[in-house]
Amino acid sequence: MNELLIKNACVIDPLRGINAETMDIAIRDGRIVEEVSGAAEVIDAHGALTLPGGIDSHTHICGTKVNFGRYMSPEDMRAGRTPRRGPLHATSGYSVPTTYGNSYRYSVMGYTTLLEGAMAPLEARHTHEEFTYTPLQDTMANVLFDGNWGVMEAIRDGDIKRVAAIIAWTLRAVKGFGVKLTNPGGTEAWQWGKNVSCIRDPVPYFEVTPAEIIRSVVEANELLHLPHSVHLHCNNLGTPGNYTCTLGSLGLIPDLNRKRQTLYATHVQFHAYGGSGWRDFCSKSEPIARFVNMRPQIVMDMGQVMFGKTTTMTADGPMEFNLYRLHHDKWSNHDVELETGSGIIPVIYRRKNLVNSIMWAIGLELALLTKSPWQCLLTTDNPNGAPFVRYPEIIALLMSKRYRDAEFATVHPDTAARVPLPAIERELDWYEIAVMTRAGQAKALGIQDLGKGHLGPGAEADIAIYPLRIDEVDPSTDYRKVIEAFGRTEYTIKRGRVVARRGECLVDGSNATFWVRPKVSDAYDMGKDPDFIEKFDRYYTVRMRNYPVQEEYLNRNRCIETEAAI
Amino acid sequence: MIVKDAVCPFCGCLCDDIEVEVEGNRVVAVANACELGTTKFMCEERLKGPILRDGDGWKEITYDEAIRYAADTLLSAERPLLYGWSGTHGEAQCVGVHMAELIRGVIDNTSSVCHGPSILAIQEVGHPGCTLGVVKNRADLVIYWGSNPIDAHPRHLSRYTRYADGFFLENAFRDRKVIVVDIRRTQTANIADEFVQIKPGGDYAVLSALRAIVQGKTETIPRTVAGVTREQLVRVANLCKGAKFGAVYFGVGLTMTRGKYKNIRNAIELVSELSRHTKFTISAMRGHYNVYGSNEVNTWMTGYPFGIDFSRGIAFYNPGETTAVDILARKECDAALIVGSDPAAHFPRRCLEHLADIPVIQIDPYPNATTAFCNVQIPVAVTGIDAVGTAYRMDGVPIRTRRVLSTDYPSDEEVLLRMYTLMQGAR
Repeated sequence: MNELLIKNACVIDPLRGINAETMDIAIRDGRIVEEVSGAAEVIDAHGALTLPGGIDSHTHICGTKVNFGRYMSPEDMRAGRTPRRGPLHATSGYSVPTTYGNSYRYSVMGYTTLLEGAMAPLEARHTHEEFTYTPLQDTMANVLFDGNWGVMEAIRDGDIKRVAAIIAWTLRAVKGFGVKLTNPGGTEAWQWGKNVSCIRDPVPYFEVTPAEIIRSVVEANELLHLPHSVHLHCNNLGTPGNYTCTLGSLGLIPDLNRKRQTLYATHVQFHAYGGSGWRDFCSKSEPIARFVNMRPQIVMDMGQVMFGKTTTMTADGPMEFNLYRLHHDKWSNHDVELETGSGIIPVIYRRKNLVNSIMWAIGLELALLTKSPWQCLLTTDNPNGAPFVRYPEIIALLMSKRYRDAEFATVHPDTAARVPLPAIERELDWYEIAVMTRAGQAKALGIQDLGKGHLGPGAEADIAIYPLRIDEVDPSTDYRKVIEAFGRTEYTIKRGRVVARRGECLVDGSNATFWVRPKVSDAYDMGKDPDFIEKFDRYYTVRMRNYPVQEEYLNRNRCIETEAAI
Repeated sequence: MIVKDAVCPFCGCLCDDIEVEVEGNRVVAVANACELGTTKFMCEERLKGPILRDGDGWKEITYDEAIRYAADTLLSAERPLLYGWSGTHGEAQCVGVHMAELIRGVIDNTSSVCHGPSILAIQEVGHPGCTLGVVKNRADLVIYWGSNPIDAHPRHLSRYTRYADGFFLENAFRDRKVIVVDIRRTQTANIADEFVQIKPGGDYAVLSALRAIVQGKTETIPRTVAGVTREQLVRVANLCKGAKFGAVYFGVGLTMTRGKYKNIRNAIELVSELSRHTKFTISAMRGHYNVYGSNEVNTWMTGYPFGIDFSRGIAFYNPGETTAVDILARKECDAALIVGSDPAAHFPRRCLEHLADIPVIQIDPYPNATTAFCNVQIPVAVTGIDAVGTAYRMDGVPIRTRRVLSTDYPSDEEVLLRMYTLMQGAR
């Protein structure tokens, strides 16, 4: 029996409505309990800010495209390296760190759970292999269905149950957690070098539209009773004027789930652009935020851009090619048969660049204009907007108008005429930050009942204690202290064990992988469906029996079974 | 007993539709595999147990003794080299990386003598590629450049290109054009619709000429480029631009000839240029069945695909300095671990002279040319035959191999883990 008692913790635990109460937290065998024996090890938090472990609900840390980002970028690997030390392995990389690099740096910031935003089913085994070497966080992966032939054919045939059945079979086969649509239809069109411009463009050959894909997959997702909603990367990312496309996509979504949102719209900053071209490019955060404020069925994440060098990587292959034509740096692309694709290019976001400055402002605006923090979560779409190590700065920007103004003074001078940011007075408080970095994620992912994102009895003892007393620090003026504190926990506790302390990781951990197995009736078991099997055999280059990811690839196997309505 | 959907552990095609017939724990027949794969499945010339060099002969030793010897040798080395890795499964490669890190060694894989230059080119300009099934289902134009799949990747043509059915091709054989570019008329050239014969060393110039034509600068092209006529170059460029989906597959004929990584860079830039007109992709014809996996494992664990030097604790990468051939040629390394490869059959003489002077441990199921250079050889189970593990196909698709025989041989991973555990105890 392993016991730990954290005393004098200033706890903010939004899922339980706890806002800055000083309390003790008792832990036994990795879970939070009512009380522990006198023999428990004691940590005195001395009133420091104590939150549930951070959860990143959209990050790119493991898998084929992430690894290719490393593979093609020795310059990025050189930009961040640490030696082997004690139980810690060597790390490399700044914007796309090695798996250990990701894990250690997230842990030092208090993050204990990560969702890989995009996993191509055919290459899922790779993602799971990298998860194994991401030792200090629990992991889960969204599975890409944007260009799935079987799904598109079923949609064309008007058979939503078959869409659900294919999703169920695939999630189970690849040990995936959620359903991801990246530029739905566009990734298939890109395998012909084409794209879809918005939600009404038909996909070549399949003759379904992105709107139909989004609607059908959302319905199918709810038929399967998946913990998470559909996770959407809208069409038309990164183009001036794309906000109308984004509003059109969000407008497709009915409110189908009482426990959580029906759609998770990711990195919305990249989808909130006005203007007819780069010359009149401007922020359209206001109409987007207004729209989301009226629709509880939508949760988004920021996709904040921070200035500096990073690597962009997404399943949205055509978008990356367009970026490549703007940047003229190196470009990688990787289309995946019958399923999806991906693209990668390095970028530098510059303060002196007007478009980049506007992008920076838009992310912050979305967070500040969305009334409920539960509906706009903090991300950079790591590493697309910036590497996750920039999160503390984003927290400080959201909490301090003064910091925003100071930064705003350094960006392109024409920015003020294109964005509402300077007029926004709102400063987020500690509670709202706690929602946007852990509680909101747990709710949106539907994992709070598994003991994630809160500190109630029975919860997993994933805890971050930050070296900061909220009664002593005024974030509005002391924003440097906020950045410092969120960059380096006093203690990061994972499954009841201290894994990082004051910027140093202490142990080699062992993560758990969460995945979903929807239980469907025999009639909807695609593993027995002759048409599905025949198409698989004819058009995939991997045998159907060799496709599923074996349980050997799951370190700590956390299977979530759902009772599907098919 | 017939094992279906077995995975062939020979070349980078990683065919996973093999049927292996087993009787009395021996492979008696192999269906679907090419000659290379069949030979590998049928091969029985394995080492029985670990052997230690003893004067001019060999002495049989136990696994415990061999593993202890290997661990001690590497622990006492100042600059150990851990080389090979392409002929084993990913789980073993991961242990290899941890081991290199622990003993501050250099870990390198066979890419440094095959597609290393391709990787350098990708690090300069990126890599527009795709999985093999995308080509199979869509490509109406396939170009083999400096590669001869009929000999080296026999089923590449039948599974993915020339003879493969494809979803979007009504009659794949008729509708798909194949161009072969090489310095000699290979067997693959004989089944091509168009053969472009280049004078040795002329690849870079021909690629540049094609890029110029694609960019609309045909008038700048001389009458012949490296032995190829302007007419043919224009014809090839037009075939490329007119294709709905084009795929280039290049081999070491482009990678390891004059120009090396600059050839690959030029080829990738041609494909990037063509991508402005139509859909085009390019990929390397990787050799060993899991050489790409070794690059992948190294990359997620260290940040670099090959040639990683841990001597200063951090992962340091400088191909040409931290690659096996260079470290051996400079006589830097003082002990070597060879896993799943046969450097003695491929390395320059100078490297082998040094290899003969230092203690060498080889982990490999078969006696090979490197056996003659090693002090200890530890036989292991063969991944895909009597060991299970992960391999990455040439296009990055990871597949778990199947076990078709059960033997008492330990896997590479087991042997390496036991070595690593001993080393951890000592450090």
